[in-house]
Amino acid sequence: MLEVKYEKSKGLTDTKLSYCPGCAHGIVHKLVAEALVELDILDRAIAIASVGCSVFSYQFFNCDAQQAPHGRACALATGAKRVLPDNIIFTYQGDGDLASIGIAETIHAANRGENITVIFINNAIYGMTGGQMAPTSLIGQKTTTSQDGRNQPNHGNPIKISEMFATIEGVAYLERVSVYDPKHVLNAKKAIKKAFQYQKENRGFTMIEVVSTCPVNWGMTPVDAMKWAKSDMEPVFPLGIFKDKGAE
Amino acid sequence: MPKGKVTFNEELCKGCGLCVEYCPTHILYQDIKTLNKAGYNIIKVSEPDKCIGCAFCAIMCPDSVIKVEVNK
Ligand SMILES: Cc1ncc(C[n+]2csc(CCOP(=O)(O)OP(=O)(O)O)c2C)c(N)n1
Ligand code: SF4
Ligand code: SF4
Ligand code: SF4
Repeated sequence: MLEVKYEKSKGLTDTKLSYCPGCAHGIVHKLVAEALVELDILDRAIAIASVGCSVFSYQFFNCDAQQAPHGRACALATGAKRVLPDNIIFTYQGDGDLASIGIAETIHAANRGENITVIFINNAIYGMTGGQMAPTSLIGQKTTTSQDGRNQPNHGNPIKISEMFATIEGVAYLERVSVYDPKHVLNAKKAIKKAFQYQKENRGFTMIEVVSTCPVNWGMTPVDAMKWAKSDMEPVFPLGIFKDKGAE
Repeated sequence: MPKGKVTFNEELCKGCGLCVEYCPTHILYQDIKTLNKAGYNIIKVSEPDKCIGCAFCAIMCPDSVIKVEVNK
């Protein structure tokens, strides 16, 4: 007898994803959707979309959603959670959105210990606007605004968001994951589920940083982009749990 | 009977090749002769009998194109 082992998650709508071929945004969307379904919280989840390639994510998650101005997702999520404490509120933000224009909102939401979940997509570049340098771009990485490669004296080092946020008291769970092979995708899903579980238990601010890809603006095939995420990004952005209040 | 069976929602496929790369039994290939409506070359299975139903292809597919069934 045939038994379904894998099919499209009910946590996603029928709308075709707007992402480029092989972009890891799609993989992370699936993980968020699957986590919400498996924890039985899809019907009370509210997605806060950001600005970046995931600006349309409110059309893709099969739950209520609100699109936030650039960088303000955590501020909007704060308001939503305080008014609707029984709902599960999560933001979905890129590195330009979260680590650049939205760094203040994000830090203060974490510091206040807002009971929200942040899905942070670190692809080391501004995807939507055509491949400009992000705060997380690697040293030596060529982008349209660092054509000879990022260099420390001019641009500073890549910002390590998870390491930074691990020092903040209000953070209940914080893990950096990757999606460059099936094993890491499954682990990323476990982390995202744990973050939502902590929100269900009102434990405080949770964030999952996903080392992601942008094949188009990295100038690579989707397969090579996955390999680069492992070979070049992982050494700068090591994976692991940076904070777990439940384990303390 | 093969252990697993994969089916593709072809119109959603963007021909990215991730499923082909991550299939451990190397039975998926991009059909350079067949395009979907969006203009992408879709994926086909060369030796369906060799599918082990691991779902690696589906797990890596960003566009939820692949359904995997296993024989129980
Ligand atoms: C206030 C404001 N400033 C700048 C922009 C232009 N802008 C759109 S998306 C973006 C950055 C997107 O990068 P990221 O958050 O890394 O997401 P990605 O597209 O890579 O997924 C910028 C600067 C804007 N839309 N609004
Ligand atoms: S520009 Fe980059 S991040 Fe944006 S959808 Fe395309 S590949 Fe993904
Ligand atoms: S289920 Fe596993 S063996 Fe079958 S096609 Fe997919 S990756 Fe290959
Ligand atoms: S991973 Fe999905 S979108 Fe990419 S080629 Fe395979 S079926 Fe098509």
